[in-house]
Amino acid sequence: MQRTTRQLSDKEGKGDGLDRLQAGTTLQERYLVLGMLGSGGMSSVYKGRDLHFPNVTKLVAIKEMVNLIADQSMYEMVVKNFEREADLLAALSHPAIPTIYDNFSHQNRSYLVMEFIDGDDLEAILDEYEDFIPEERVVTWAIEICDVLSYLHNHKPQPIIFRDIKPSNVMIDHHNHVRLIDFGIARHFQPGEKGTMIGTEGYSPPEQYRGEASPAGDIYALWATMHHLLTRRDPRLEPPFSFTERPVREINPTVSPELENVISTALAYDPKDRYPTAALMKEALISTAKRTGLLSRPSVAAVIAQSDKVEEIWKFECEDEVRGSPLVENGYVYIGCYDNNIYALDAKSGEFQWKYATEGGISGKPAVEDGVVFIGSEDNRLYALTANRGGLVWTYYAEGPIHSSPTLADGHVFVGSDDRRLHVVSQVNGRRAWRVEANAPIWSTPLVHDERVYFGCESGDFYCYDFKAELKWRKKAKRGVTSSPLLVEDMIYFGSRDWTLYALEAENGYQIWRFRMGGATISTPAFYDGMLFIGCGDNNIYAIDARHAREAWRYEADHQVTGSPVVHEGSVYVGSVDGSLYCIDHKTGRLRWRYHTEGPITGTPAIVDNTVFIGSTDHRVYAVLA
Amino acid sequence: MPSLKSLLKSIFRRTSEGAPTPTAHPGRSYPDVNETKQVVVGTGQSVGIERSHNEDALLVLTGQLTGIHPLPDFGLFVVADGMGGHRAGEVASAVSIRTVARMLTRDTMIQLLNNDHSELETPLQDLLREALEEANRAVVEEVPGGGTTLTAAVLLGPQITIGHVGDTRLKELGQLTPEEASVHPQRNVLYRAIGQGANLEVDVFTHPVPKNGGHLLICSDGLWGVVPDETIQRIVNSAHHPQLAAQQLVTAANSAGGPDNITVVLVRFPKG
Repeated sequence: MQRTTRQLSDKEGKGDGLDRLQAGTTLQERYLVLGMLGSGGMSSVYKGRDLHFPNVTKLVAIKEMVNLIADQSMYEMVVKNFEREADLLAALSHPAIPTIYDNFSHQNRSYLVMEFIDGDDLEAILDEYEDFIPEERVVTWAIEICDVLSYLHNHKPQPIIFRDIKPSNVMIDHHNHVRLIDFGIARHFQPGEKGTMIGTEGYSPPEQYRGEASPAGDIYALWATMHHLLTRRDPRLEPPFSFTERPVREINPTVSPELENVISTALAYDPKDRYPTAALMKEALISTAKRTGLLSRPSVAAVIAQSDKVEEIWKFECEDEVRGSPLVENGYVYIGCYDNNIYALDAKSGEFQWKYATEGGISGKPAVEDGVVFIGSEDNRLYALTANRGGLVWTYYAEGPIHSSPTLADGHVFVGSDDRRLHVVSQVNGRRAWRVEANAPIWSTPLVHDERVYFGCESGDFYCYDFKAELKWRKKAKRGVTSSPLLVEDMIYFGSRDWTLYALEAENGYQIWRFRMGGATISTPAFYDGMLFIGCGDNNIYAIDARHAREAWRYEADHQVTGSPVVHEGSVYVGSVDGSLYCIDHKTGRLRWRYHTEGPITGTPAIVDNTVFIGSTDHRVYAVLA
Repeated sequence: MPSLKSLLKSIFRRTSEGAPTPTAHPGRSYPDVNETKQVVVGTGQSVGIERSHNEDALLVLTGQLTGIHPLPDFGLFVVADGMGGHRAGEVASAVSIRTVARMLTRDTMIQLLNNDHSELETPLQDLLREALEEANRAVVEEVPGGGTTLTAAVLLGPQITIGHVGDTRLKELGQLTPEEASVHPQRNVLYRAIGQGANLEVDVFTHPVPKNGGHLLICSDGLWGVVPDETIQRIVNSAHHPQLAAQQLVTAANSAGGPDNITVVLVRFPKG
């Protein structure tokens, strides 16, 4: 299935007068031609290797244009257009647009060296796939195309119109992400300006035949392309602009009526009747996908990367299970272990720095401030250690084991204990400032904000105290609250073993919404881009729209997800009892990669400098590339 | 036991007598007046120029309780835009707005006055959804042939929760971009309404109250799309009181032809 070709119409061997580059040719003493990817018109695209990277194979795509035009002014125009494509691409930076590396000319040949994209274009996918392309794939791709169109159309100083969206110009890379190729005719948009008709008959909108290019035209061509994928009817073989005569569902009844509506708006003859911007187009698609349940269906796309593609930076072996979560600070990783030690490792190399032996297992996440590390242990004690050497500064005795992680605020450590108390201890000398009682052991990590502390306990009671140790409000979930609270925009979010994620307004604890999951949760929610992410005992990682309390997607792991997710640059990182660390696209819920360890993961990853740190019950601490 | 009337009188008298004025004792200092940061609301309504009936309805309720057991700021703001012949539209909007108000005051405002808060109450979003569904049942039963769009906003402390059926418009000004305002693909399509069948699709969401001040505008179609967004924005931002702004908005809609009933509820949030 995985082919690494960019197929344009292959005219090789037909003797069209073009002198093909042979494999083995080197250009500029730098780019070794490995073979042809495709050709069309005056251009050919070759697969090449950049010899400036002798130790690794860095693949590139080399676009070559051979200019055989005799007429001098035409000749110059063609060269100018080619240079314009190079300049245009060089000014762009978007994940769906190939990066340009180099640009040079030799006699009547011009070259563009670009990122090599490993994947298939939509034309090849159509050829390979015998049935209609499923709606969910089409919608996922279309959403991504809307993103890149939005980027182009909002480009400064002038919008860029792609002008030639069609199956052969849209590639799907092996991460199942869309890449737009061939910016040969894309251009800066001048409102009202007219030019000559360029584009591809069948896919291009009616106004483009009159020489008008606009954002709405790109949207039309996008849906002409998607119409082709959904119906397998090639618009180049049909009367022009006849999409309305071929409603999608008449040909492919599996398409939802909601999507059909969207398509008919996008393919309207008059540009004024279409979605005016790619952003609105995308919004319409997402709300459609939510209504049809597409975005909430588990695992929208298949697994795309194996764990061997995840780059392991180092691993460190402890003497027992690592159930705690790492903290990274100042180049050190601090992590507690069931071998009773808290370890400090070098974040870059994983090299051991120091360890401190407590007298019980450590399950929480350390906290560090002003050169002092704080951690609780099952030996009932809270420890303060010097961050650079692991020397003991002080210990504080609770009356029960400490599973809760310490929170630092206002010069104090806030930590819960199995003795049913929340302890507030001076960071400087370890003396207790105050403590409050709860109804049950406190495993949740307290949250401190604006002179208030919020925490849950194992009876399901959830408390909000102020710094005078006065109860502000209390709410009771039906089962234990091990999950730690999260505060975003005056709203408190936490999960419970009663299968529910709660949203309470922070001021008075009034319940605004709740979201029912398929099992108990002890995972702490994470917030990013308007969404909440939380793991659950029903094996799923949920993404929930924080304002609408609606599920955006869920991803099913192979076992319970008791650890808490962390979001970093658009990816959700979370460990599961199945032993894997997952990296999931925060918008679509698609798996980016998973990394296997040899034991259940119960902790929460830490991400610093593009490195993910995680402990596993296989006794190891791992650092992998994010 | 004094009658209510005399009790009120004595309270008023005591207040007016007891209230010292700083000018009377220039040398003395007094405790600060506790600043209560309350929302301010303006409303406006007009039948418009081209219609003979007013089929819109609006409701505004606000509440404030201070003292040792204060309540979060409370507000209920509803606009309904009825439709249907033979007065069905005006009855539908009236029936639905009363139903929503009855349910939400019972389930939120009255609940808040209850002293024990440790049990988790029904989530506000669910209450709002139920109220809109109940309004739908009431309209289907009582007003055959009638329908109404409805937007209800419940302010509770730092959060505002909004329920929405049909195309009554709601905008949080300040975040409004001209693009989304003028070219919504479905702007002329009434796609959902209360009273149009058993399956009601309700859109409910919660938004934090803007900390640095801001507005919430709920209006019917007679304003929306009739007065350009920039004009709405300008009127809202330049008026000293939301009541003036609401009236100016209605006037602007009428001077633009007044093609439909105009209803405006404008909530101004205090600066944090």
